[in-house]
Parts: sequence; C-alpha cells; structure tokens
Amino acid sequence: MNRFINPTIAALPPSGIRKFFDLVAASKGIISLGVGEPDFVTPWHIRETAIHSLEEGRTSYTSNWGMLELREAIAEHLNQWQGLTYDPTSEILISVGVSEAIDLVMRAVLSPGDEVLIPEPCFVSYTACAAMAGGKPVTIPLRAEDQFKLTPEQLEAYITPRSKMLFIGFPNNPTGAVMTREELAAVAEVAIKHDLLVVSDEIYGDLTYSGPHVSIATLPGMRERTILLNGFSKAYAMTGWRIGYACGPAEIIGMMMKIHQYIIMCAPIMGQIAALEALRHGAKERDRMVAEYNRRRRLMVKGFAEIGLPCFEPQGAFYIFPSIEPTGMSDEEFALRLLEEEKVAVVPGSAFGESGRNHVRCSYASSYENLTEALRRIGQFVARHRKEAALSVGKQ
Amino acid sequence: MEMEKRKEILQLLQNDARLTAEQLAAMVGEDAEAVAQAVREMEQEGILLRYTAVVDWEKIDTDTVTAIIDVKTTPRRDVGFDQLAQHIARFPEVRACYLMSGADDLSVVVQAGSLRDVANFVSRRLSTLEGVASTTTHFILKRYKHDGVLFEGPENDDRLAVTP
Repeated sequence: MNRFINPTIAALPPSGIRKFFDLVAASKGIISLGVGEPDFVTPWHIRETAIHSLEEGRTSYTSNWGMLELREAIAEHLNQWQGLTYDPTSEILISVGVSEAIDLVMRAVLSPGDEVLIPEPCFVSYTACAAMAGGKPVTIPLRAEDQFKLTPEQLEAYITPRSKMLFIGFPNNPTGAVMTREELAAVAEVAIKHDLLVVSDEIYGDLTYSGPHVSIATLPGMRERTILLNGFSKAYAMTGWRIGYACGPAEIIGMMMKIHQYIIMCAPIMGQIAALEALRHGAKERDRMVAEYNRRRRLMVKGFAEIGLPCFEPQGAFYIFPSIEPTGMSDEEFALRLLEEEKVAVVPGSAFGESGRNHVRCSYASSYENLTEALRRIGQFVARHRKEAALSVGKQ
Repeated sequence: MEMEKRKEILQLLQNDARLTAEQLAAMVGEDAEAVAQAVREMEQEGILLRYTAVVDWEKIDTDTVTAIIDVKTTPRRDVGFDQLAQHIARFPEVRACYLMSGADDLSVVVQAGSLRDVANFVSRRLSTLEGVASTTTHFILKRYKHDGVLFEGPENDDRLAVTP
C-alpha cells in the first residue's frame, strides 16, 4: 500500500500531542490541564443568535470571501483595536478557523525549497503546513532565558538566501509569552532588511494580561509584508464554530482566496453569523472571560512558585510553561508519570518543538477548583520525585 | 484597597462565598493580609452582609414552597412605604421585600413549609395589616435559575482531554 502514499506526508511526524491524547483518553477520573481551548461555553447571546438564524433558514453558502457584513465588522474591529486599515472587499478572507488560513498562506506563498522561519516552541501545525506546501520549515529554538521570545540576533542567525517567510505566534501557545512593541520592532527590522514576509498568528491577541496586544502589522513598513491571522475561537470561546480570518495585502489574500474557493468554498454560514454577533455584542462577555483567565493565571504562577518549578510569568493566552528540570525527568516521563501517579494531564513541551523540551504546558482554561486540586497533586508529585532525584545523585 | 479591586472581591464572593483570603488574594493579585483587611472593612461598613448557600430544596424537601406576593398599599402621609415595608420584612417567613415600580407597590417573597403555611401567612398576617389594600399571590412552580445559578442542565465539559 505504501507505494500509493505521498512520501512528503509519510515523512511528517505524527503530532506529539496525538500520542499523549490516546493515553489520557484511556484514563479515568483525570484532571486535564492539557486542553487547548476555553472551558467556557460560547456566550449565550451568540448561541442564541445562531439558533435564530437557523430558524430563519439561513443555511446557504456565503460569498467565497465570507459574508461582507462580517468582513466589514472585522475591518472596523481591527481599526479600533490596532489602528490597522484593511479593505473588506479585497484584504480580508474568512477561513475555517486560523488552521485553514495557516495552510492557505503557506500554499499561496511557498515554492519548493523556500524556507519558512518558525520560532519554536509553537502551535503544532506551522511546520507541518510549511512542509506539506513544499516549503522547508527552519525552526528557531527559542530559549527559556529569553522567556521564549524571538530576538533579532537569533532570527538573523537562521536567515539564508532561501528564507522567504517568518511565521510567528504571539501571545504564544504553548509558552504564554507575549512580545512587546519594542521587541517586535527589533524583529521587524530584520524582516524588512531581508525582505521576509511575516505571518502573524494572533489568535490569542485578546488574551493579554499586561497591556493590550500589539500586532506586528502595526509597525512601520510592516503592513505591506504581514499576513495577520486571527479568529474567534479563543477570545469568544468559539472553537467548535471554526471561524478565522486572514488580513493582508490584496495580492496575497487574493491568492489565498483562490485556493480557499476551490477546496472549501466558504466557511459555514452559521459560524459566520455567530462570529458577527460576537464582534458586535460580545465585548462584555469576552472581557469577563479574560478577567477570569487572569485570576487563574495568578493562581498558577503562585502555585508553581510554591511547588518550586521554575517558570516565567506568562503574559498572554491561557498557558503556563514551567520547567520540570528539578525532578530530573524528561518532559515526556514527567507527563506520563504525573498522569499515572496523580491523574493530572499536562502536555510535554517537546510536543511543540525541541526547544520546549524539559518543560510542560499547563492550560489554565479549567475551573478554579480543578486548578487548585491539580496544583496540589503536582506539588505532591514534585516533592516526592525531587527527593528521589536528590537521593540518586547522592548515591553516585 | 482601590475600588475596582474591592468590587472584584465582592463579585467573586457573591459567586463563591467560601473563597479564602489567600485564594482571593491570588485571584485579584493582592496580598492575603490586604484582602482580609478589605473584607473586614466591607463587613463593618455593611457592604458584605452575610455568606449564604444556594440550595435546591426540591431535591431534599418537596414540601417547601415559595411565593411571590404583590402587595397594593395605601401609603400614609409622612412615612410613605417604608414603615409598612419594614413591618412586613420583619416576619421570618419573608425572604425578600422590595418596593416596586408598576401597578403594585411591594413585592414580597415568602418561603414556608407548606402551601397552607403561605395561605395562612397571607390571610392572617399580611392582608390584615393596616395599609395593605390587596394582595396577589404567585406560587413558584419550578426554579430554573436562582441567584445566577442554573438549577438544571448547566453545560457539561465535553472538550477532548488533550488538544493542541
């Protein structure tokens, strides 16, 4: 059968998360900090609007670009939020989640052998989509001592004559890192110098806890070389609706649209209607959820400090990324044994790239009670194994 | 402590009165002593009045009934509604008493051990009071939500246990 299979796909490593998921799914009674989506249900007014649209019989295709009303609302939102101006008729495309947009931009831009610079740790599909599009993913290992932010020196060091695209995702999954305007400006300078296209996945942009999000597209000279990706999944607790969007120069968005119309036709209309409602009336509920994540974030930061696992304070998304080095275990071993012994699921950091090794991703998109209990169990687990690690060193 | 933080603490306590000063401190980003102090102050200032539980009585005692009684009054010179309202509010059966806009004047929430107890309260105590012109009693048949808590069908967490 292998003779039928595309070798590029065969060579793709399976998602590191998938492997772990099967193990967790087989266990009972666990507290999972492994979930990459909000624990809130989509706010009722949004659900209610979608239900009403179904009652009205709004079940058709929409424009390939997505509903014009929604694109206009996105244009207005980005203008108010970031001061960015996009033409809703040619510079905004509604996609099936940011996931589809990642694939679209890779395919629209990359020729065989073009290099895509991808700082890791990062969301699992950047490298895979680059490879599937025939590009060459070049990962840049971010460092814990830089709080997993991209520095201009590091970026510079990985640039070759084939470098075409820089793909970043801040606020970051899995680290919770956020890059400030100054830090982004330093990176932007390198991108301009080497004429890189920058793709910025800003799906966690609304979830920041120390000042508002800054899009790299807002920096001087960047709008014309940036494809901004965002969506509704995280800020409005709408993961299952699958609505994202891409904004950027009309030429590139137009090419993405061409692929999108052949493979997807359009994003589902009920999701688009719900997304429009979210933009129009969802700010209050969104802010309530963000405030709640922030409270949990503080709890987690304090919790890991008390447990004694080194961790920088995450400023965005809903993840915290402690180092598990004091236990002397690898991140995979830590996650496996924590699951077995304490029934708490966390995701090994190496699932998000080599530089995430020796860390674990803990999602705090879970109830306060769950988080408190999970911290208690992790604390008791670490205390037990730190002792073992110390003893075994002593014996040697 | 600044007003916004105080309000946040009140909102958190209104949702879960069992949160400790430590937990509250972690949530709002203050130290535990400052939170304990703010809570004490708000108790003394009569802002925080009591820490209670939301109970679904139907699950344990099917006899308990609650009624909302609209009361029309004949307000008296000088004292307005307050004297009568405070009088009514003193009855232990009365869980809540509000002055309302609209056709009726007072809304009185009464909880009692049986239907008959409520009927007795209305006929013997309430309607005989000087100043009460008429009453309309509405029995609560089923509670769907009380004090912000859904009684049935709160959404389950059916997310996959691990997702990217």
